[in-house]
Amino acid sequence: MTTVRTDAFLRADGRKGIRNTVAVVYLVECAHHVAREIQLPFREAGVHLLGFGGCYPNDYSFRMLSALCTHPNVGGVLLVSLGCEGFNRGGLLDVVRRSGRPADLLVIQEHGGTRTTIDAGRDRVRQILEELATTPRAPLALDELVIGTICGGSDGTSGITANPAIGLAFDTLVAAGATCIFEETGELIGCEQILATRGASPPVARQLVDSVEKAARYYATLGHGSFAPGNADGGLTTQEEKSMGAFSKSGSAPIAGLIKPGDVPRAGGLYLLDVVPDGEVRFGFPNVNDTAEIVELIACGSHVTLFSTGRGSVVGSAISPVIKVCANPETFRHLAGDMDIDAGRVLEGRGTLPEVGAEIVTLVEAVAAGAPTASEALGHQEFVLGYKSFEPIGPACHPASA
Amino acid sequence: MDAIHLSPLDNVAVLTRRLPAGTPVALATGTVVLDRDLGLGHKIACRAIAAGEKILKYGVAIGSATHAIAPGAHVHLHNMHSDYLPTYTLETDRLFRGGTSA
Repeated sequence: MTTVRTDAFLRADGRKGIRNTVAVVYLVECAHHVAREIQLPFREAGVHLLGFGGCYPNDYSFRMLSALCTHPNVGGVLLVSLGCEGFNRGGLLDVVRRSGRPADLLVIQEHGGTRTTIDAGRDRVRQILEELATTPRAPLALDELVIGTICGGSDGTSGITANPAIGLAFDTLVAAGATCIFEETGELIGCEQILATRGASPPVARQLVDSVEKAARYYATLGHGSFAPGNADGGLTTQEEKSMGAFSKSGSAPIAGLIKPGDVPRAGGLYLLDVVPDGEVRFGFPNVNDTAEIVELIACGSHVTLFSTGRGSVVGSAISPVIKVCANPETFRHLAGDMDIDAGRVLEGRGTLPEVGAEIVTLVEAVAAGAPTASEALGHQEFVLGYKSFEPIGPACHPASA
Repeated sequence: MDAIHLSPLDNVAVLTRRLPAGTPVALATGTVVLDRDLGLGHKIACRAIAAGEKILKYGVAIGSATHAIAPGAHVHLHNMHSDYLPTYTLETDRLFRGGTSA
């Protein structure tokens, strides 16, 4: 098995990280400023800001922050609470401490307010960074990597260049034993019948189709689909057209299972992440923006995210690096500093899809070994988390072994 | 190559570069002439398409024609719609709320 690096960050649960970040986490919007002030001086030192803005508790957001704070790319955690919000701060602190990570909690109302909490938080972050300097190291094999993919700012080139190139990269990575995750079911509307043929077993195929039908109902209630004005400016006309292009990111491997945000697949293979909430329509759009989806891919264990863009998204992410695969050659020239891969060159006869697919795999290995992506080098650390509601997935769609 | 015909079943092709109105574009089904300036990634009709006919791309339906479409014509929001969900654009938002085109 290919070793992608010899010095990955070994966590107590046996999972391995490709980054060694500290997460400073606000547990309500009222603690956001204090948490940001604690994090800011350490931004270049791998300290990232996460948080949840709501005052009232929500199982999904607890599950998400639990998964994110114990992600293999996270080495230590500082929670920042105002004190009167509904988030189960003690529960989250327990989850993180049980994972073997250094973790602490500061409650602003009990700590003398803004200034003293910022000072105490910065001291604590310094201590955690010192502890992380001695994190155990271990070799990381390709079959231990989790790779997510998303498309954002899609146009008429996305489904012809970057998305199928990512699909070819996924085929290579899945064949090597890695875990690959694509999303989102709202962008598979119109692909139900093709999707049904990709399930690894009849129960999985049924769950895949059900998840897309759920998305179609959800978006019909909301009044429009996962389709932004820029998609139309770029030549895409309908949801189902965008879906066909988006689906090609998944490549051609059988789909081993359906997962929901916070589910970490227990075996390698290709998985579909269902980001559309269960039950009646609540809490607004399932995918408020690309960052919300990237954060959900990371909560499912993604070490790195492949981001296909035609119009030209510039975002990165907290916790896990984002690789920008640019579908449109004009966009690549215009936003070259934000892009990692020029997939649109296929349209200009400067390369083939298999060449771009191989370049993506090589870059995934380099980024896993520590090379910064364009968005990382530019300091992008976007994060967003809102309210949602999910029911647990059935065992048929979360296989213990492929 | 100015346009890609993604599947032999398709009645639209996708432009691979920005082209002005009047440009002849050679396709497997014959040469058509662009009816307007178009950016890469936009779709043109490979042949005459009747109102109500499915628009086929990647070999599957991506919506239906709302008007008759001539060969070489731009195929987009003005002459086709989704069979699933309405498409939201800034133009529909302006029509709804008022305001002027930017």
